[in-house]
Amino acid sequence: MERKNARPAREVVVPGDVLDDSGLKSGDNTYVLDGRIHASVLGVKNVFQNSVSVIPLSGRYMPTTGDTVIGVIEDIGPSNWLVNINAPYPAPLHVSEVPWKVEFGDTSRYLNLGHVVMLKILMVDESKKIQVTMNDSGLRRLEGGRIVEIPYSKVSRVIGKSGSMIQTIKNLTDCRIFVGQNGRIWVDGDGENTDVAVQAIEIIGRESQSNNLTERVKEFIGSKLPQAENDEEEE
Amino acid sequence: MSGQTDMVLVDDNGIRIDGRTADQHRPIKIEAGVLSNADGSAYVEIGKNKVLAAVYGPRECHPRHLQNPSKAIIQCKYNMEAFSVSDRKRPGPDRRSVEISKITAEALEKVVLTELYPRASIDVYIEIMQANAGTRCAGLTAASVALADAGIPMRDIIPAIAAGKADGHVLLDLNKEEDNYGEADVPMAIIPSTDEIVLLQMDGNMTREEFDRAVSMGVAACHEVYELQKDALKRRYTAKEKEDDSDE
Amino acid sequence: MSNPMLSEIRRDHIMNLLADGKRIDGRGTSDLRSITFETGLVESADGSARVKIGKTDVIAGVKIVPGTPFPDTPDSGVLTTGAELIPMAHATFESGPPGEDAIELARVVDRGIRESKMVDVSKLCVTPGEKVWMCFIDIYAYDYDGNLFDAANLAAVLALRTAVVPGEQYGLGENTPLPVTCTPISVTAAKIGNTLILDPNFDEEQISCSRLTVTTDDEGNFRAMQKGGKGSITLDELRQCLDMAVEKGREIRAIIG
Repeated sequence: MERKNARPAREVVVPGDVLDDSGLKSGDNTYVLDGRIHASVLGVKNVFQNSVSVIPLSGRYMPTTGDTVIGVIEDIGPSNWLVNINAPYPAPLHVSEVPWKVEFGDTSRYLNLGHVVMLKILMVDESKKIQVTMNDSGLRRLEGGRIVEIPYSKVSRVIGKSGSMIQTIKNLTDCRIFVGQNGRIWVDGDGENTDVAVQAIEIIGRESQSNNLTERVKEFIGSKLPQAENDEEEE
Repeated sequence: MSGQTDMVLVDDNGIRIDGRTADQHRPIKIEAGVLSNADGSAYVEIGKNKVLAAVYGPRECHPRHLQNPSKAIIQCKYNMEAFSVSDRKRPGPDRRSVEISKITAEALEKVVLTELYPRASIDVYIEIMQANAGTRCAGLTAASVALADAGIPMRDIIPAIAAGKADGHVLLDLNKEEDNYGEADVPMAIIPSTDEIVLLQMDGNMTREEFDRAVSMGVAACHEVYELQKDALKRRYTAKEKEDDSDE
Repeated sequence: MSNPMLSEIRRDHIMNLLADGKRIDGRGTSDLRSITFETGLVESADGSARVKIGKTDVIAGVKIVPGTPFPDTPDSGVLTTGAELIPMAHATFESGPPGEDAIELARVVDRGIRESKMVDVSKLCVTPGEKVWMCFIDIYAYDYDGNLFDAANLAAVLALRTAVVPGEQYGLGENTPLPVTCTPISVTAAKIGNTLILDPNFDEEQISCSRLTVTTDDEGNFRAMQKGGKGSITLDELRQCLDMAVEKGREIRAIIG
């Protein structure tokens, strides 16, 4: 992210707003009508190189191939599970895509209603049919800890530039954290540290527009866990 | 349109009973993001009309047989609350609210990029808390703000307003008395970027000339409503940004 | 945000906190969420109130119209309460005629109002045996985050307290305030595991096995109760609920004045 003096003014646009008529390329969440580029979603106008796009401020997560997401089992069939991943559609998880050998009809012995899993989106086809898998490194059932839900559009801020933000929170709170691209974040650590990590993530979810968010988050964690800050300074 | 009255609806100076001129709309207030569970929501007041709209989705389409494999469907429920009118309305849908729900969903269908969400449903709920002529337009105006607030991709936001005729004058945005005792009512909604009409009804009695005037009055007023809709959405999200900025 | 099935992780977290007497929103077990209200917001109604308890948001409107009395109470007005859990309020609510949850809600609210004799129906008679005032209370939920019972009760009670009998509109004399004698207040407790909590939010309701709504009058006497849910409550828990209903009823009366 750019520093604040270099930051261009953020312009909130709504569907239909004209973004450009000077020949920029039409990027994400825009459409062209009579040679002019219009916004197709509520968000912040973003000009990058020679294209203009809109970064959404709200809306629902749409799965993209390769995303890691956190899901909740909401239905069970004899050879698959239906997983709620906060998208418009539940994701079917087939027994061939889990790291166990599951007999037909034996699905609920491995994953039951309400269980939380980390999944990868294998494929999204044109009709938005989704395939997900648990067969990849790091994918597994999540037990214990906490789940924080934030708007999916704020996930990139939680991760930060090359993972800097999430690393900061991990270091300061000593928590294990997994971030789902669908806005669900799993946090596990010692009692109070977990609370603080959860609150820090909620702050990012609420105030992701602030630019020096990393400083704010450090400050917040420092005020709640004075010990943690010292620890980091010593490092 | 059917009532009879001795009431003078438009005086010799062209002033209406609520003090407006022929081409003035009633005071309009719009707020976006007023509910917490819904994915998007809006509250609209037009004169004495008070309307809430909420949007859920895109989400799995129920009932399943309504699913469309190539795009999302828009399902709308317009509901008048029992106490919203002078005689208590029996709760539940009647033929009028079913019709309004249908034409509202169809108007929205034109601007929402439904092809992005095959098999899904986008559900729009409109609750009329207080009715005073013009609820379908207030409802559609609120619904399109709620859709944008929900982050649903759409080509444009739809404003709606009615024009009509009372005491022989073509008037914008009829109030209750003008609607009851007037001669015609023309609710309409447009896509502001192209001025295409997405909702139009008419009842009463108008000449070609009067109707043309009503439409041009309505289209002009729709553009005013549109500015208020955009302002409501920008206020909701810019207010938030300002708070954040002050932290820097 | 959508409301997916409550995850095992969230359920366990709620349970673990409760074991220490804590709740996910930071409340103690017998703390209520903040209550805000607005009355008279619907001019087309003869009385109206919108109540928010935390994020739960409910409106009640009263319409008072002349009608025929029931044959067995020829000189009494008529009181009717309806409630709708409209799909605006929650992703799990469906449109259609009121289901059993909405009907139970309306009946429990109705019972508190009726049994406390909040509305003096004997003063709602115009012509005995022929014409009386009929008072319709209609309740709609706009946002559901648990405890609709207390929110709906409060909205209905506030709407009634500010209602006006519209004599002028029907050529039946002057407009007069609806004759109201007291303020019935309901307090709902939910039982999660073996812990009682007041004013449950949505997630807490999802994992609670039973609930008890207790409505008291101004004197702290009991006027209506409803046990709900598939679990049970012990006699000792019942006594706790009754004590809390009286105490919190007093708190809520102080808030609404």
